Amino acid sequence: MKKIVERHPLAIRWMHWINFPVLFVMIWSGLLIYWANDIYKIHLGSKTLFSFFPAAFYKALNIPYRLAEGMAFHFVFMWIFFLNGLFYVLYTVFSGEWRYLFPDRRSFREAWGVVLHDLHIRKTAPPFVKYNGAQKIVYTAIIVMGLGSVLTGLAIYKPVQFGWLTRLFGGYGNSRVFHFILTLGYCLFFLLHIFQVIRAGWNNFRGMVAGFEVVDTNGFSAKFADGGNAEDAKESNAHEATGENAKSADGMNTKDANNALI
Amino acid sequence: MNNDEPLQMPPVPGGPTGSAGSQDPPGSSKKKRREVLKSFIRKASGRDEELTVEQQIRRRTILSFAGFFLLGGAAWKAWFLLKDSPRGRGTGDGVQEPLRKGLNAGEDVFKHTLSPDHLARVYPRSSATTHVRYNGNAGLSAAGFDAGDWKLRVTTADNRQLSIGIDELRQLPKTEIVFEFKCIEGWSQVSWWGGVRFSDFIRQYHLEKEAAMAYVGMSTPDKEYYVGIDRASVLHPQTLLCYEMNGQPLPMNHGQPLRLIIPVKYGVKNLKRVGNIYFSNERPPDYWHERGYDYYCGL
Repeated sequence: MKKIVERHPLAIRWMHWINFPVLFVMIWSGLLIYWANDIYKIHLGSKTLFSFFPAAFYKALNIPYRLAEGMAFHFVFMWIFFLNGLFYVLYTVFSGEWRYLFPDRRSFREAWGVVLHDLHIRKTAPPFVKYNGAQKIVYTAIIVMGLGSVLTGLAIYKPVQFGWLTRLFGGYGNSRVFHFILTLGYCLFFLLHIFQVIRAGWNNFRGMVAGFEVVDTNGFSAKFADGGNAEDAKESNAHEATGENAKSADGMNTKDANNALI
Repeated sequence: MNNDEPLQMPPVPGGPTGSAGSQDPPGSSKKKRREVLKSFIRKASGRDEELTVEQQIRRRTILSFAGFFLLGGAAWKAWFLLKDSPRGRGTGDGVQEPLRKGLNAGEDVFKHTLSPDHLARVYPRSSATTHVRYNGNAGLSAAGFDAGDWKLRVTTADNRQLSIGIDELRQLPKTEIVFEFKCIEGWSQVSWWGGVRFSDFIRQYHLEKEAAMAYVGMSTPDKEYYVGIDRASVLHPQTLLCYEMNGQPLPMNHGQPLRLIIPVKYGVKNLKRVGNIYFSNERPPDYWHERGYDYYCGL
């Protein structure tokens, strides 16, 4: 028997999907700005391992000679990025959603379990409510990173007005380095996030658009009726679900994930 | 699809329901109609408990994704409207109009936070670089320029022209600053400058009335390079008309004999080889603004 379980509140879905293109514009326009003084490299001793970024990369993305345009986009969209982030934090705090999102003492051990399970080392995933330990840590970290981007951004944008902030990050040059590294962090997060969304499948993806997930209540009640066999019940339930959607699942999920990438 | 029960349509106003309940008070049929409409919307959007779970799932999914793609499409369209919107009416502005409005709104926010108390951080002279970077030479062409002939021309409010030689400026109280010069490209450098504080210059030449105007405009003698700066920034205590760099007279590529050093702005506003100064309540033309950069450029 299928059952609808509400998952993401409307406000969170709106803010999630507003943030996605806005962050994209921020990274793209940031790249237009960075190109004008692209000095960051990874060194090993005296050897340069990687230079941010190779000429071919710039050329492929049509980055060169667009500093003015980059600054204009960056300094207009930053307001949306900042306000959307602020509303998100306020919403999670006042709605109580933060309780699902904020990691606690157990989250770190749980996250390790999740990693082992994802790597197929551990057979079962640790039980959780709404977000697992790894998700809690990552979704909280990304908010802290957002705050970091806003503060380091302000330290670069207004180094005289907010001179104390610039000093806090170790000066103008260092603020830029932190701002850049945080951006690399978003790109990494994005790749991981997309990968996990594809892996988690349609039901999960629909949760972020339509707000609900579908659970099988047979498995659900069995899990609670017989605590000892909970894991078994869950597993058999998972097999059932896979069997049911086996034909469409793979094709569908990849397609939807592609939509998410666009 | 085939196990879907047909949607209940709301009754036509004035139809059989309306005539049957003719004894009812006038408000109630309206109320009833609203109820029916509400239940129709509930059912159509899959929010009715009477629907099967399958129906609820299907209807909510379809509706949400329709909205999702509609909004996504609208955002996609809006992006291209913004990207391809005209750049500057008349004035030759290098950036899209809506973005310019956004930048100007940002200026309004930050202009009000500018206070003479917010000083650029200063450094000891020993931190100053000896290889001062130079970037761009617009307005610095050697043709027809003789530093010996140079005069600073200031247009007053009553349209008189003051003509001031470099030796006169050297007589005025000297101020030095070692600060981190910041280029709009992203690099920065601690450098050491000496000259006349702009506000001292205003006082010495009795230009208070002029300086009460909203903007100051400056240009090179050949008017090839020009900047406009808001009043508060140009009167900031660290804004200098400089004739020295690293304790020596300015070299040619740094605008000999006089340049502007304004630590609360990006390098683009630090005009080299100042030839003309004037005051205005309108924004004076600005070289890089015309090429799409923020007018304010305040740090």
